Amino acid sequence: MSKLIRVVKSHHRIPIAKPSIGVSGKTGTWRWIKPVVDLSKCTKCYQCEIYCPDNSILVEPLKGAIVNYDYCKGCGICAEVCPAKAINMVEEEQHGS
Amino acid sequence: MVLKSLTGNHAVALAVKMARVNVVAAYPITPQTTIVEKLAEYIDGGELDAVMIRVESEHSALAAAYGSALAGARAFTATSSHGLLYMYEWVNWVSRARVPLVMAVVTRTMGPPWNIWTDHSDYYEQRDTGWIQGFAMDAQEAFDMTLQAFKISEDPRVFLPAMVGLDAFILSHTSMPVEVPEQELVDEWLGARTQGFVIDGSEALIHGALSPPEYTEGFIEDVGKAMEEAVEVVREVDHSFGRTFGRSHGGLVELYKCSDAKYHIVLMGAWAGDAMEAVDALREQGYSIGVVRVRYTRPFPGEELYKALSSSKGVIVVERGVSFGSMGPVFLDLAGNMLKYSRKLPYMRNVIAGVGGVNVTYKDFEYIAKETINYLESGEEPSVIAWYHAR
Repeated sequence: MSKLIRVVKSHHRIPIAKPSIGVSGKTGTWRWIKPVVDLSKCTKCYQCEIYCPDNSILVEPLKGAIVNYDYCKGCGICAEVCPAKAINMVEEEQHGS
Repeated sequence: MVLKSLTGNHAVALAVKMARVNVVAAYPITPQTTIVEKLAEYIDGGELDAVMIRVESEHSALAAAYGSALAGARAFTATSSHGLLYMYEWVNWVSRARVPLVMAVVTRTMGPPWNIWTDHSDYYEQRDTGWIQGFAMDAQEAFDMTLQAFKISEDPRVFLPAMVGLDAFILSHTSMPVEVPEQELVDEWLGARTQGFVIDGSEALIHGALSPPEYTEGFIEDVGKAMEEAVEVVREVDHSFGRTFGRSHGGLVELYKCSDAKYHIVLMGAWAGDAMEAVDALREQGYSIGVVRVRYTRPFPGEELYKALSSSKGVIVVERGVSFGSMGPVFLDLAGNMLKYSRKLPYMRNVIAGVGGVNVTYKDFEYIAKETINYLESGEEPSVIAWYHAR
């Protein structure tokens, strides 16, 4: 196939974006329950990191699973897949209560 | 340059081959045409170095062409009537994604009842999709317009997909001598494929993801801006094509015997040739009339048509299709666009004819024109919309 392609930036707005952290804003504000990790139980198996749809839980090799609460939407998948039951979903504290 | 006897379909296929497409995606059975059959032969015989993706439906045909185009391939597909309707979701997606590619639409009447003859209703229904829409009159123009479609679609001011319309059977399956230019000249004129972005894995890009209304509004507004800029691009491409290959079709419209005409027939497609024959005969009988042939319906040639028709004594828009409950789409566009330039419009009428593939000959055009002119000259106005039944 011909490799002769010229890419010329359009002067119009076109629906294309570069992936970056928080491109849709701080989605952590959508959350009403949050995952809380009991690091004493975490086996650093990486299941939570692999399954998180928003890349908001990362395993630090020495510490264990760390949640990025700025972007975690509280879906609960990490708690569901955790084989050590080290993650609990806890209701967010309500403002004013 | 060589002269080849080609059907409308084979003229399109040859132009696609000479544009050196990389990918052809098509659904191989009815309502597919001999366009992709010929392209398959070219690929099989080693005359065209391209990939033929045989898909399971027209919906997938345009999706596959689109995916290939996203990755940087010059891509093509062809369809007709119900096949076009089946790919409708993708028709809209491709234009809003601003991805250049070309599709031939062999216009056929939609069912029921089942029908294989031409009218323009399948093509008309695409008018709000954001595609550049051209419509050829003969096999030579089908060839030229297909090459031009790639050039227009890939222009950075446009970056929209382009559709080439041609009438089923009366153009798609009839032959005429077609001037075929040298391949080197086509390569030089068309140049390398140009597009606004490429998704080929070399760079992380998000395309078509959820976007807030305020951004989305901007993307949609700019499809409209691209269409406005395409007016000039279509004119330029027609000029440069004329300089290179010696044939120019007039840009967005072709004017036939209009310089001194008092009355005008406006139409598009293969039967424009019959209307021109009728005009020759009418002129011999003393009628002052010309033909304004619409070559592009998107972008709509409002300026050209206003200039050609603003001082007309009577405009007859003859159409092979109607927007049910309203009028013919070209008539509606014409009336609306004329208002951009003046509040004072000439007398205009809309004659719906040839729907369902009914054969309309030069004699029918002669009758329609005479009836309208005789009414107007006697001081009476014929009905603004009328169905004409050729038999």
